[in-house]
Amino acid sequence: MKTILKNCRLVGTTHEKEMLWDIYVENGIIEKIGQNLEQEGAKVLDVGGHMVLPGLIDMHCNICDPGHEYIEDIATVSRAALRGGFTTITCEPNTSPAIDNKTVVEYIVSKSKENSLVNIHPYGSMSIGCEGKEMAEIGEMYDAGIVGISDGDEFTDSASFLRNVMVYTKMFDLPVITHCEDRWLSGVGVMNEGYTAACLGLTGMPREAEEVIVARNLILAERTGARLHLAHISTKGSVQLIREAKGRGVSVTSETCPHYFILTEEAIGDYDTLAKVNPPLRTREDVDAILEGIADGTIDVIASGHSPTNMTEKEREFDTAAYGISSLETAFALSYTHLVKTGIITLEKLVHMMSVKPAEILKLYNKGMILEGKDADIIVVDFQESRRIDPIHFASKAKFSPFAEEEVRGKVLYTMVGGKLLH
Amino acid sequence: MPLTKKDFFGLRDMSADDIRYILGTAETMKYILNQKTKKTPHLQGKSVIMLFYEQSARAKLAYELAAQHLSANVIDMTNSVHSIEKESLQDMGQLIDQMGADFIILRHSMAGAPRLLADCVEASVINAGDGFNENPGQSLLDLLTIKEQKGGFEGLKVAIIGDLLHSRVSKSNIWGLTKLGAEVCVSGPPTLLLPDVEKFGVNVYYDAREAVNNADVILTTRMRLETQDKTFLPSLDEYKRFFRIDENLLRYAKKDAIVMHPGPIQRGIEISPGVIDGKQCIINDQIANSVAVRMAMFYILSQVGGAWR
Repeated sequence: MKTILKNCRLVGTTHEKEMLWDIYVENGIIEKIGQNLEQEGAKVLDVGGHMVLPGLIDMHCNICDPGHEYIEDIATVSRAALRGGFTTITCEPNTSPAIDNKTVVEYIVSKSKENSLVNIHPYGSMSIGCEGKEMAEIGEMYDAGIVGISDGDEFTDSASFLRNVMVYTKMFDLPVITHCEDRWLSGVGVMNEGYTAACLGLTGMPREAEEVIVARNLILAERTGARLHLAHISTKGSVQLIREAKGRGVSVTSETCPHYFILTEEAIGDYDTLAKVNPPLRTREDVDAILEGIADGTIDVIASGHSPTNMTEKEREFDTAAYGISSLETAFALSYTHLVKTGIITLEKLVHMMSVKPAEILKLYNKGMILEGKDADIIVVDFQESRRIDPIHFASKAKFSPFAEEEVRGKVLYTMVGGKLLH
Repeated sequence: MPLTKKDFFGLRDMSADDIRYILGTAETMKYILNQKTKKTPHLQGKSVIMLFYEQSARAKLAYELAAQHLSANVIDMTNSVHSIEKESLQDMGQLIDQMGADFIILRHSMAGAPRLLADCVEASVINAGDGFNENPGQSLLDLLTIKEQKGGFEGLKVAIIGDLLHSRVSKSNIWGLTKLGAEVCVSGPPTLLLPDVEKFGVNVYYDAREAVNNADVILTTRMRLETQDKTFLPSLDEYKRFFRIDENLLRYAKKDAIVMHPGPIQRGIEISPGVIDGKQCIINDQIANSVAVRMAMFYILSQVGGAWR
């Protein structure tokens, strides 16, 4: 299959940015980037000078398949990804059964080939059943295709266990991805601890529940030399800890999600469960620190943090309502609107955080850039037209968002995955 | 009339005028309670459903008596609730609503539950305590008692001593008292004060003597054994040593200071037996006001709420 994209304004490339380029794609590979390209038998798509970006790569996504397909499955999550501009997504291992052995990895890889429109790369659980006790067969899973080792957003109580995982994983050079929450500290909390929680009579999760584990994991990574990746960072203290650690050369990367640099705990209003996420939404001070961390490179990656749940689980008392947010379809446009349009970072930097850097961390060397010889995972985006976020029309089964009705820029016009135009 | 909403969630939502209006109405209701025949027709033909997901003796009694004095039909669903706990609160609300109930008195272990229920029913919902959030009925009767004893709230110094974290009435009282212009000082074991409690506009002291110093009113909280997780507080004996209202501590307050407790009281823990039985402790006045306040709440809601329609 041959395609030529004409009149592209390229981002995430080494080519001259002011010029319009043509991209020739054959057999899923970017064969040539140049001017006035022509090829017999190639389908031609004139993108009319719109921005053309490398397909986004989501480092934090829950697909609920296998086990909870009524919440989300591989087919729906992949359509949601396409709409959001993600051509590659990862999969947290907290599925049911957990991704803790090569059979489950193979299931996801093969089911993805059949049902998914985008590339899905699973993470393997570091422990059996994501319980943080016994080490899973990381090597077997590595051979079956995992791109990282994760705790599945569970609390690894034992530092000694995590330390062993870090040491062991070095032989595969996989990133070790951790959710930072000390459940002894977060306890029965359901939102950020502080005045807002006190006003609502809800039990809080203190920020130190995150920061204590960030600090612990940074020290372990420093000592073991493992490649640590800290998932969905939400507090000012965490940003400071990571900045210091990077300053002394710890091999750590970190990630946040749009809701942590856009929303504060105020979004909960009078018990709005759509704003119930874990880690919880924090305060203005934290949001400002996250933005600073994004601007100065302390935070490397913006992930969607997509964690679908069904609406019945949200329409409940706040205490028992499910955590979760449907964010694959909003992450990029929200990030563009709140980071690039506001002048905090450039579009180039945003593409770096959502595509180039994730490819580097996950060692997906053929992805993340628009260059000759790379995979033809490409998106075309219209940044001029604004639109309202409309959860009812999400492709995800989780059709809700705390950002409903918000006006954003950054509409994905076309998504090409492996040379195929799919959206 | 200041109040226009169909439900009562708590004092956080109320203005000072709202609160004063309820207290004024409650004073009128006290006249009725002083008559030989304590019956008025204001809620005739209306029904009041008691939906208590948590055990309660005094609050339920006060709401039931208040509703009956106003001639409403009262149905207590507490026992049925416990057998069908798995039904969602919204479904339970639909059930009650479709049967044409006018008021639902809800007590629930989770904060915000009354709002969830109110959004899906026509009936007026009265919060009789939600999680660690608020208990407006109990708070309003405290306020009524203070008003009767002290004449008003402006310039009054009120000390709240004890477990603020698990005491929903204390939180309602903080909202109410600060809105009405009283100076509020709180003291208790630091682990049992609310997070960021100073942001509520109160003065915080770890030494109870400072909080009580020159106070006109001392409010105490229940030291509930069930919430006395040993990681918050080593023992009630140690609590007593620092925070019990006894003759020594009372000496720091104004001579005519009053001491209150929401009940049920554990004699000798929150307040010493001598103070409980002394004339400064006005727990009985609180109880006497509990019905009048609930009657006022019913009456006001019947004028604006679902029941009126």
